[in-house]
Amino acid sequence: MKSLGSTRRTFAPWADPDAKPFIRFENVSKRFGDFAAVDNLSLDIYEREFFALLGASGCGKTTLLRMLGGFERPTSGRILLDGQNMLGIPPHRRPVNMMFQSYALFPHMTVEGNIAFGLKQEGMPKAEIAERVQRMLKLVKLESFAKRKPHQLSGGQRQRVALARSLAKRPKVLLLDEPLGALDKKLREETQFELVDLQYELGLTFMVVTHDQEEAMTMADRIAVMDKGQVEQVAPPQEIYEAPASRFVADFVGSINMFEGTLIREAGGPQLKDRSGLAFDIADSGDASPGETAWLAVRPEKVRISRERPEVQNAIDGEVWDIAYFGDMTVYNVRLDDGRVVKASTINSLRRLEDALTWHDRAWISFSADAGVVLTR
Amino acid sequence: MKLLRRLFPAIGSRLVIAVPYLWLLCLFLIPFVIVFKISLSQVTIAMPPYMPVFGLEDGVSGFLEKLRGLSLENYVWLFGDPLYINAYLSSLYIAAVSTLLTLLVGYPLAYGMARAPANLRPLLLMMVILPFWTSFLIRVYAWIGILKPEGLLNQFLFFLGVIDEPLIILNTTRAVYIGIVYSYLPFMVLPLYATLEKMDYSLIEAAEDLGCTRLSAFWKITFPLSLPGIVAGCMLVFIPAVGEFVIPDLLGGPRTLMIGKTLWSEFFSNRDWPVASAVAIVLLMILVLPIVYFQRTQARAREQA
Ligand SMILES: Nc1ncnc2c1ncn2[C@@H]1O[C@H](COP(=O)(O)OP(=O)(O)OP(=O)(O)O)[C@@H](O)[C@H]1O
Ligand SMILES: [Mg+2]
Repeated sequence: MKSLGSTRRTFAPWADPDAKPFIRFENVSKRFGDFAAVDNLSLDIYEREFFALLGASGCGKTTLLRMLGGFERPTSGRILLDGQNMLGIPPHRRPVNMMFQSYALFPHMTVEGNIAFGLKQEGMPKAEIAERVQRMLKLVKLESFAKRKPHQLSGGQRQRVALARSLAKRPKVLLLDEPLGALDKKLREETQFELVDLQYELGLTFMVVTHDQEEAMTMADRIAVMDKGQVEQVAPPQEIYEAPASRFVADFVGSINMFEGTLIREAGGPQLKDRSGLAFDIADSGDASPGETAWLAVRPEKVRISRERPEVQNAIDGEVWDIAYFGDMTVYNVRLDDGRVVKASTINSLRRLEDALTWHDRAWISFSADAGVVLTR
Repeated sequence: MKLLRRLFPAIGSRLVIAVPYLWLLCLFLIPFVIVFKISLSQVTIAMPPYMPVFGLEDGVSGFLEKLRGLSLENYVWLFGDPLYINAYLSSLYIAAVSTLLTLLVGYPLAYGMARAPANLRPLLLMMVILPFWTSFLIRVYAWIGILKPEGLLNQFLFFLGVIDEPLIILNTTRAVYIGIVYSYLPFMVLPLYATLEKMDYSLIEAAEDLGCTRLSAFWKITFPLSLPGIVAGCMLVFIPAVGEFVIPDLLGGPRTLMIGKTLWSEFFSNRDWPVASAVAIVLLMILVLPIVYFQRTQARAREQA
């Protein structure tokens, strides 16, 4: 994962017990009929934080944002913004702006008109509006499209107009529902940088929904992984990736090898004994207690692959089943003799490799005792 | 067959295109030419009550002879008489006011229908259309029973104690307004409903998010976006209302001046078909402008969608 450069600061108000959260969801639920879209969810977000929501489609991310924006009323629970209960406060009186997943651009107004809409509403002087609109157009690289109507734009251009429109008012809290989903990779990366810069420069609090893990990792101070209306884990990107709290998180973020087994305590340290009799050394057994069923989760890049048996305890042999070449790295799927498949990825640091592994070769996969995380749920 | 198809590659599609033109020719252009010809003729006591009458037996010279008998005299007469001009102006005025009233009644109705739960909408739509199942004439007659001095409305208001003496509504222009609003309401509601229903509600949310109250979001978003529906509804009410005859005749009494009534009395009381035809042609000319405007906005709306 790359980091977003030197403007990033050490910023961790969530670790400070005296810090007051800026946005607070307290046991918030939202039911549509019998179905709980958001289920007893609690979440604290701090001022100036760049907060990302990650989760499968339909897990309630949009619903959560809509409740904060004032478009959906929580069935139960409270939402506090800067200490103030938001219940019953209409959207136009909340210091929150939202970029809608469907963009919701006004079809009868030009790009310019759309972006200026909120500013006019505020009664900002004309000259200032023009200047702000120009700045927003520049940010989303649509300067030459100012006079077009939304129906004359491509999907990605519309998305950028929606982004510019929500940013224009510089609200204290900006809710972005998949702000960059329709952009190509290059434009997306550029816009990510600029969003982060802008957020930092203006001291705004961002809450961003994304389907793109890499995007969440690059931009966010903290990530919340949601599942079925609940938060599975809230943590900074690195922690989410390296120390997932559950199998769901481990599986959802990045790819993972999972070994199910029973935790046992040996003289040399804890081990995880899996159902085919393999025993893996583990450095840290986490919350698991001996005799308990647990899962050892190991990221593919922490798994080594070799022709010869390596000098570590955690080694298994199998057959190279599939090779996926990504340019910068290669992922090997190794099929163990019991049929399980383990992924191992290697960095392609050499242009040509003598004696490279190929399909149906026998190979050993191995990882060190501290490479994996032990999960109990 | 193959050759034929090569010679007339699009004969099938041309036929299809020809259908609406044929329709227009038979139901619009030919009647128009006939009426226009009558409007250029002179009144006479005969059957038909105008001359000249063209016939196949005339021959070319007879045809040319008769053609010379046509003149714009009736139009000159029409514009020389303030009765006709006043009737036109009064018709336009009454139609305009009633269109506005219909819009004021129809918009909230259409809005409420479009915002109603989706499973209720077909029922509401049905209720708007239902009155069409009884005769227009009977429905207008029914209003006489409601509006007359000793009618249902006055009885009801007496019963409530709101009035001491009956309201005089029947045989005034107010009754005509009521009649037109009532009769043409579906023509206003349906196009309005169609535009309002397909409007994306998230636009209102976006407007509210950007600082609009419910009301200002309505004026800045919903209203402008429903303009095509407003224009369509207004045209569908205004155009027939200008030439309306039954409603002013039954509800408006003798003093209400509308061109439809003038037309009727020229035809049936005075048996002056040429003047009546001229009245009709001028009416058509007056209405062509809004009709063309209507067509163009419709086309533009379709382009945008
Ligand atoms: N108005 C509604 N009525 C009924 N169910 C709803 C409504 N809005 C959302 N839901 C349901 O609530 C769940 C959560 O929806 P939500 O839009 O929050 O998902 P999401 O996490 O944003 O998904 P995506 O990533 O696909 O945008 C979904 O299962 C959805 O079907
Ligand atoms: Mg969503």
